[in-house]
Amino acid sequence: MAQMNMIEAIRSALDIVMDKDPNVVVLGEDVGYFGGVFRCTDGLQRKFGEYRVIDAPIAEGGIIGVAIGMGLNGLRPVAEIQFADYIYPGFDQVVSELARIRYRSCGEFFSPVTIRTPCGGGIRGGQTHSQSPEAIFAHVSGIKTVMPSNPYDAKGLLIASIESDDPVLFFEPKRIYNGPFDGDPEKPAVGWSSHPKGDVPEGHYTVPLGKADVVREGSELTIVTYGTLVHVAVAAAEATGVDAEVVDVRSISPLDTDTLAESVKKTGRCMVAHEATRFGGYGAELAARIQKECFWHLEAPIGRIAGWDTPYPHAFEWQYFPGKKRMVAGIRSMMEIE
Amino acid sequence: MATKKSRLHIPRPTARPGDKPDFSYLELSAAGEVDKPSINARTRDIEFLSSGLVRVLDGEHHAVGSWNPDLDPAKLQVALRWMLLNRHFDKRMWQIQRQGRISFYMEAAGEEAVSIGAAMALRAGDMCFPSYRNQGLYMFRGVKLVDMMCQCLSNTRDMCKGRQLPIMYHSKNGNVFSISGNLATQYPHAVGWAMASAIKGEDHIAASWLGDGSTAEADFHHALTFAAVYQAPVILNVVNNQWAISTFQGTAGGERRPFAARGLGLGIPGIRVDGNDLLAVYAVTLWAADRARRGGGPTLIENVTYRGGAHSTSDDPSKYRPKDEWAAFPLGDPIERLKQHLIVEGHWSEKKHEALEEELKAEVLAAWKEAQQYGTMTEGPFLDPSTMFDDVYAETPHHLESQRRRMREVESGNGDGGTS
Repeated sequence: MAQMNMIEAIRSALDIVMDKDPNVVVLGEDVGYFGGVFRCTDGLQRKFGEYRVIDAPIAEGGIIGVAIGMGLNGLRPVAEIQFADYIYPGFDQVVSELARIRYRSCGEFFSPVTIRTPCGGGIRGGQTHSQSPEAIFAHVSGIKTVMPSNPYDAKGLLIASIESDDPVLFFEPKRIYNGPFDGDPEKPAVGWSSHPKGDVPEGHYTVPLGKADVVREGSELTIVTYGTLVHVAVAAAEATGVDAEVVDVRSISPLDTDTLAESVKKTGRCMVAHEATRFGGYGAELAARIQKECFWHLEAPIGRIAGWDTPYPHAFEWQYFPGKKRMVAGIRSMMEIE
Repeated sequence: MATKKSRLHIPRPTARPGDKPDFSYLELSAAGEVDKPSINARTRDIEFLSSGLVRVLDGEHHAVGSWNPDLDPAKLQVALRWMLLNRHFDKRMWQIQRQGRISFYMEAAGEEAVSIGAAMALRAGDMCFPSYRNQGLYMFRGVKLVDMMCQCLSNTRDMCKGRQLPIMYHSKNGNVFSISGNLATQYPHAVGWAMASAIKGEDHIAASWLGDGSTAEADFHHALTFAAVYQAPVILNVVNNQWAISTFQGTAGGERRPFAARGLGLGIPGIRVDGNDLLAVYAVTLWAADRARRGGGPTLIENVTYRGGAHSTSDDPSKYRPKDEWAAFPLGDPIERLKQHLIVEGHWSEKKHEALEEELKAEVLAAWKEAQQYGTMTEGPFLDPSTMFDDVYAETPHHLESQRRRMREVESGNGDGGTS
């Protein structure tokens, strides 16, 4: 075991799969010589060469389209989109091509591309460096969508994603690259060294796609969330004294409904939380599924905490971000419902 | 001419319905006029290839000039056969669609040399990323007519298992990619495939095709940029058939500079070729393929041709272009031109041609009779609809297996309609 932050864990995953499989290649903006703006690919080009770690032109649609072509020719490309906010020029290639090639060719052709992209807010990034577009991709059949909340899961899920023959959208919550964040911006930043999930095996392992994780056990309320908000939910549960169970979805699609339903049947109350805007968001899908599976166990309507339905405002980040203050109030209100 | 007020130029074709066809805008070179440079030439030294028009067959149907590939007459007879097969296959399928027996069709009439000429110049291991009017590539690469028909019928032998609109073929064995209904998306795939070939140290190249209209798509520009940056071994073809449904090639930006010149700013050589001259298409493709295979990078080829038919069975070109425009097209009909060339050279005759046409019509008809045995839209056997849940992922996930069961319940008149 080694102490790793999320960046190091992601780099370790890439290093290991590239060592193991010569067909794995990395491409993206600034990923090569420089090692990525978040340093996730640092040192990989020196180790694996310029044919396998490729600095790409600034054209996200091109990066994804070209990665698809590489995948069709036997490579296993890992494309980095520098910020999830920049992914939209490649949207058609994801939705109309990457997601459907296997289907439309009845399995004759497929392209096992993994797209890694940092997402989420809490870094003063404004509208173009803070978005959480996971729901947009979760809505598309034919791709898998993943978002880890800690270094251990990040490495295991990324290896599983790259080794999967299905295309995967791998969202990396950048607020927690260097340490867990409990949603209180006034508190000093902490690193991953004091968190149990900062202990990461140095070798190869996988965390299966399609499996949620109960990160805090409880009996009174289930908080279903993922990414940065997992840590906010845990901290808020502790602050309120409510015996809340926190379920980390991890795999946005396919969704592990069983783990969610099992928890909510036990607690009888459920709050769904994500950073992304609420309307038409992923929380709506979670709430609908849980409602259907757990209706006769529910003691209160399912609550949702999400980003307000506005673009991500730079100066009002801490009024916008569903941080500890909102989560605490949300938990209390959920428990007041009789 | 500078004016005092800003103004817009609205591109308009030279002729609309009722007008006399006018191809005066089309700049032509004489056969043999454009020189054939070395495959090692620098892009800056061969810019003339993007403005001239590479032609081999002259007005008397002789093959002339430095681009003449000196193809064996037997090979040319085979080429003629493929183009004719393409033509007769399309005619039959069009008729079948008009009878309501398939939902949709797209013909390649007038553009057959674009697919067949290129296919002949490429190697079997080279990967093709076609557009929707490149059915000739599938035929040439070994896909049986009956299988193409079954795809159009969405029947029990449909390679796409009922998931795709007619003509959206694919062939893994033939190295021809699956056709997308979205335009230009295949272009960056070809570049990525070609890059992978070089990364793996192989000498296979990739080739792709799209229409003049599709050059306006971002994917066209992405592909050119990546191909240029990494000098990918790829041939990027623009099939300029003058029409993108109802808008002429000027609406895609073809009025001032040829599409072949689109890559020059990136250092990609462009070749403008007579797309209705099979010998010329073959020669430029072979040149670009040799160049790519030896590390010379990408080439952009503009095939100047004419869309002889409607865009698709859903289109009516008499609403937007003169009815007799194809007959007036100065580059003629690719099949007729190759036929006349072979006749002039003493390797073909009207009689042989008629016999071949009858043979191919019979071949197409026999394939159609066979295809119907695997089911039609109205008569069984039918595909099992529950296969719609296959191949969404490598392994079918739980929620799709569940939906498959629910769908079967609905189909058998039970269940809750799939409510969830």
